[in-house]
Amino acid sequence: MYPSRFGYESPRALDEAIELLSRGQGEAKILAGGQSLIPMLKLRFASPEMLVDINNLPGLSHLTVDPDGSLRVGALCRHAQLERAAALAGPFPTIAAAAPLVADPIVRNRGTLVGSICHADPQGDWAAVAIALGASVVAQGPSGRRRIPVADFVSGPFQNVLAYDEVAVEVVFPAAAGTAAGGYLKLERRVGDFATAGVAVGLERSGAVVTRAGMALTGVGGATIDASEAAQALVGGELTADRIARAADGAAAAAKPRGDHRGSAAYKRHIVHTFVTRILTRVADDVERAA
Amino acid sequence: MTSLFEEVPRAEDDAVPVRTVSVTVNGERRTVKVEPRLLLAHMIRHGLKLTGTHTGCDTSNCGACTVLLDGRPVKSCTMLAVQADGHEVTTVEGLAGQSELHPVQEGFKDEHGLQCGFCTPGMMLTAKALLDENPDPTEDEVRWALSGNLCRCTGYQNIVKSVLWAAKKQRAAAGETGAGE
Repeated sequence: MYPSRFGYESPRALDEAIELLSRGQGEAKILAGGQSLIPMLKLRFASPEMLVDINNLPGLSHLTVDPDGSLRVGALCRHAQLERAAALAGPFPTIAAAAPLVADPIVRNRGTLVGSICHADPQGDWAAVAIALGASVVAQGPSGRRRIPVADFVSGPFQNVLAYDEVAVEVVFPAAAGTAAGGYLKLERRVGDFATAGVAVGLERSGAVVTRAGMALTGVGGATIDASEAAQALVGGELTADRIARAADGAAAAAKPRGDHRGSAAYKRHIVHTFVTRILTRVADDVERAA
Repeated sequence: MTSLFEEVPRAEDDAVPVRTVSVTVNGERRTVKVEPRLLLAHMIRHGLKLTGTHTGCDTSNCGACTVLLDGRPVKSCTMLAVQADGHEVTTVEGLAGQSELHPVQEGFKDEHGLQCGFCTPGMMLTAKALLDENPDPTEDEVRWALSGNLCRCTGYQNIVKSVLWAAKKQRAAAGETGAGE
């Protein structure tokens, strides 16, 4: 399968990339890891006039923890980099849990977290993780930089709020106040298949008391579902069986799955409930063991 | 007009965009002209005639077209040839030395790691990259590393055995020469 014809530029500076996107007037598309875009070009679901390949831009491969503890993931940081970063497990357990579950090992060598969030596939893992952790996209355009919370960035299936002349240069995950906890679970029929359902939970706790809770769902709606409202049942107390059950019920109610060859809507809702319970029970066990 | 028929020359804006790229393929620098939409898999197979790289699904699912880009496995059907400019590509043809097979190839032969052989080039390249990074993988680590390469014949048992065989062979060879100390 061949994509339809397109122009191709591989700029060496960010300003140049933005200039090319401006000139493209919305007909130019950014190519980063390409693991979603290239299949879409081949199937001719996408046929941009111009590809602006950002793989040769300097300074975008970073995976950096700032002095304040926040994590910055550059537009060219591959999934495999996140998977190998053992130091993330403590401060960012949700990211550490999700990284090995993204696509398959070969795709992880090439695909990027920032690209996955921009692609805004309702089945994408990273948007759920980013929403659960309250992360923001940093976008750069001709008139400078702006920060957009990922919850506002994803505007629908395969849609984001970037202007055509903006580049998402990095995603910033804020540092947890207190101790970070959480996890990511995904059901897939085989490695690399789209998610049947996935759940991301990001918690902050002070001792055994939960001080912040975020939650988002993968693959059970027309877009990534922000289920943080359901997670509020956890805030202000310990992770008791009752609070866990309320959060799981809330998440299952927030899911808007459609039945398909991966399972019925009821089944997917059940998976969401089970995954929320599993993630939170594991955190509760860890807290108990640490006490 | 001198005849009843004359073809109008192609307009300038219809011209095919062409890029010149230099790629080191199996240690040899190759400079080629390609249209940007040409996939790396097609450049390797049709352009460079290295047909050991197989295209299976052509939809980024099966891993048969896996090649090493700067030592790391990538799906060559999901990358543009122009993107390989300035990089090193290793295909299955680059695995063996002048006279001897790569230990991974020997392993697949010895442990019967293939039946139809279609997935084998991709399997072997992913296995090579794994062993370069982790010379002593557990069975679980081998299965994890190969989880993006699909095989429809073997049930994977002998593929995993082949990779473990190659790991052992490589470690033994490294021990003999004193390398890795």
